[in-house]
Amino acid sequence: MSTTPLLEVTDLHVAFRQGKEDIPAVRGANITVYPGQTVAIVGESGSGKSTTAHAIIDLLPGSGHVTGGSIRFDGQDIAKANKKDILAVRGSLIGLVPQDPMSNLNPLVKVGKQIAEVLVANDVVKGKDVDRRVIELLEEAGLPDAAQRAQQYPHEFSGGMRQRALIAMGLAARPKLLIADEPTSALDVTVQKQILDHLDQLTDDLGTAVLLITHDLGLAAERADHLVVMYKGQIVESGPALDILQDPQHPYSKRLISSAPSLASQRLLSQQRAEIREHAKEVAEEIAEEVAQLEAEFGEGSDIVLEAKGLRKVFSIPGSTPWRKNEFVAVDDVSFKLPRGTTTAIVGESGSGKSTVARMVLDLLEPTSGTVEFDGVDISTLRTKKQQLAFRRQMQPVFQNPYASLDPQYTIFRAIEEPLVTHGIGTKAEREARVRDLLQLVSLPWTVSRRYPSELSGGQRQRVAIARALALQPEVVILDEAVSALDVLVQAQILALLADLQAEMGLSYLFITHDLAVVRQIADDVLVMERGKLVEHASVDEVYSNPKQAYTRRLLDAIPGGSIELSR
Amino acid sequence: MPEFPIDLPPKALPGQERFVAAVEVTPLADTGSFDDTRSPESQWKEAWKRLRRNWIFWVSAVILFVVVIVVLFPQLFTDIDPTRADLSRSLEGPSEGHIAGFDKQGYDVFARTVYGARASVLVGFLCTLVVTIPGVLFGAMAGFYGGLSDTFISRVADIFFAIPLLLGALVGLSIINNLWPDRGYWGFILTVVFALAAFGWPQVLRISRGAVLEVKNLEFVDAARAIGKTRRANLWGHVVPNSLAPVIVLATVSLGVYIVAEATLSFLGLGLPTSIVSWGNDISAAQNQVRSGERLGVMFWPATALAVTSLGFILLGDAVSDALDPKSRNRE
Repeated sequence: MSTTPLLEVTDLHVAFRQGKEDIPAVRGANITVYPGQTVAIVGESGSGKSTTAHAIIDLLPGSGHVTGGSIRFDGQDIAKANKKDILAVRGSLIGLVPQDPMSNLNPLVKVGKQIAEVLVANDVVKGKDVDRRVIELLEEAGLPDAAQRAQQYPHEFSGGMRQRALIAMGLAARPKLLIADEPTSALDVTVQKQILDHLDQLTDDLGTAVLLITHDLGLAAERADHLVVMYKGQIVESGPALDILQDPQHPYSKRLISSAPSLASQRLLSQQRAEIREHAKEVAEEIAEEVAQLEAEFGEGSDIVLEAKGLRKVFSIPGSTPWRKNEFVAVDDVSFKLPRGTTTAIVGESGSGKSTVARMVLDLLEPTSGTVEFDGVDISTLRTKKQQLAFRRQMQPVFQNPYASLDPQYTIFRAIEEPLVTHGIGTKAEREARVRDLLQLVSLPWTVSRRYPSELSGGQRQRVAIARALALQPEVVILDEAVSALDVLVQAQILALLADLQAEMGLSYLFITHDLAVVRQIADDVLVMERGKLVEHASVDEVYSNPKQAYTRRLLDAIPGGSIELSR
Repeated sequence: MPEFPIDLPPKALPGQERFVAAVEVTPLADTGSFDDTRSPESQWKEAWKRLRRNWIFWVSAVILFVVVIVVLFPQLFTDIDPTRADLSRSLEGPSEGHIAGFDKQGYDVFARTVYGARASVLVGFLCTLVVTIPGVLFGAMAGFYGGLSDTFISRVADIFFAIPLLLGALVGLSIINNLWPDRGYWGFILTVVFALAAFGWPQVLRISRGAVLEVKNLEFVDAARAIGKTRRANLWGHVVPNSLAPVIVLATVSLGVYIVAEATLSFLGLGLPTSIVSWGNDISAAQNQVRSGERLGVMFWPATALAVTSLGFILLGDAVSDALDPKSRNRE
């Protein structure tokens, strides 16, 4: 490794112009990258990590501009360079792999041609050699049948394949530095692992330095030699990756490391979980007894609060002609039991059918065959409106997207009150008191009730969604990717809140997620789904210590940073 | 010298030494905090704030304020009776008390222009109302329920949409005028309104249907279903209110468009009869003076009033569109 830095960012300041003011986005960042090294910038959304990266290649969006500091690349200050000099550097000396593989390829141009453009623009090869080189590059990026693939359009590629094409593009001119801006955050974990492994190997072979931008501390730790932690536009800690992980100094890095699900200690978690489960089960049993004795409007008070029997959902999709229909089996023969007061997680990649199961359980989608029994009652037999409302009261969902799951025109008060109004519960004053209690339950101040969802952060909205789901005092809550869209710190808070509520109210959770790392913190049983089928069903500890299926093992291996030992 | 174990981590390279920022420099924010000093803002209030910042809005607001005052209180602007003709002053130029002079029939041009605003704006306003209500109603139902009801509603709308607005209204009005020649002020106004609205509502329907299709798949609609809200309650309580923004924009622009359409119909002699003072009729009557070049002022006043009024509504529509959908704004 050479000792002259390839990239030296010194005291970089970046600001966005808003009206007549400059809003600072990056304040005094110092980053050094040596040839062939991988350096990761880690931070939550809005921390300035992408802005820093974009400032280096002069691709700041909108009104962003560098307000101070220097960016020395290969001995040349490119912060003060003119447009022409930047163009000479961009692409040929610094490559970029952008974040979203779906929107970064031109849908109207063949993939091969888009890579050829890079080659021609940077004068790498000329004439007939271009096509040959394109195919070589695609092969190198790990695309099978590269010659054919080069002739296809982006929509014929899967997300992972597109990202490979973008990597081929970023490396086309053999740059000395590759900036990878969240290169895999839109992809499934297993695909993410394949692609990052491949990228690692490729940049090693070529001796390319990589500046990896990511929100995932585990991923950064696993891939980078040097780590830079950013928070609110400033670097709060930087140094050798393992050093920081094992001995974080800044309170923010400490918080980040203790919240990262993939890095949390397994033993500690199963202990905590066992305590919560015990408590929740006790409360749940009391509820079950009450239900059984009172002969409530709904349920028998059995130990299994929710049971799916042979659930199957077939969607018919248009075939080659209007009268031909193709069948797509989204969910195939899925059965499981959810014991009262516990959490069952359904884990799978996108398209595995896990959300379809959730929708069928919630009676938002009719199964093609199979039944869902709630506390011993088949929900498809509920005919009267009263029965249906009684069922709805017992089972509530919390959805993934905290930005879309609350009506933007409802105040927080109305959003939480709505279920009570729909079910005709209480007088106006009683409902207000209940909303007050619910807000307290999810640790939000009462003043929040006058606000609209757009004024709240993602985590706060998810708290509101939980409060709303609990308004009817349900026995079961279906959490459909309920923490997936949140930053790690907020995710950890919400998971803790969910665990507390479970213990306190004896709730049973069905926890749908693509992220095996968070499962350990909240679940007791795990169902692994692959292409609509249930492939593994076991307790959390069993799945982690002794996964039976190759697919489950792959999912576990793909958790970034899962293998890193933390000495605490 | 003590020997170092072989797996000692490599010494950090210059520039990559361990660095920890002082806590005071970037204090940790409370992740649950929010700004409690600001007053709560609904989407509509936010839109209003954006609207207020826009110059175009203020220009259109001034125009439309004047138009509304003219419509409601024309007598504030002139005490001349617009229906009193003085043939002896036919085509006389501007004089004291008659700033716009007289037309061929000896009507006061300025008074005609002031009183003509009422019929034009009334037709524009009623037309917009009559197209928007069924447009939103059926558009929302088609988009929300889908399937057969969507096919039926959309195909019926397509039939009307295929006929050009003005052509359809012309044919309709010429038939009604033959069958029922004398029907009073409101009779004439309402027939023009319905003749235009009959071919205008599919446009609103399409916009509304599209907006509903977008909103109905959002998670809050599912969340409302899961609490037991009926489909109908969901449609009117959540889906429609969240799909109104593009309809409001369209309605504002339509106001201007229908005012022009009414003038066109009256100009062609099939809209409002000459007994009703309207800009379209006056423009029509002024044709000859323009052709002969005798007195352009006769045409200038009603034509300018028409142009400025419809411009006012179209500018307002533009400003409202920016305010309701800030992402679509194209500045810089």
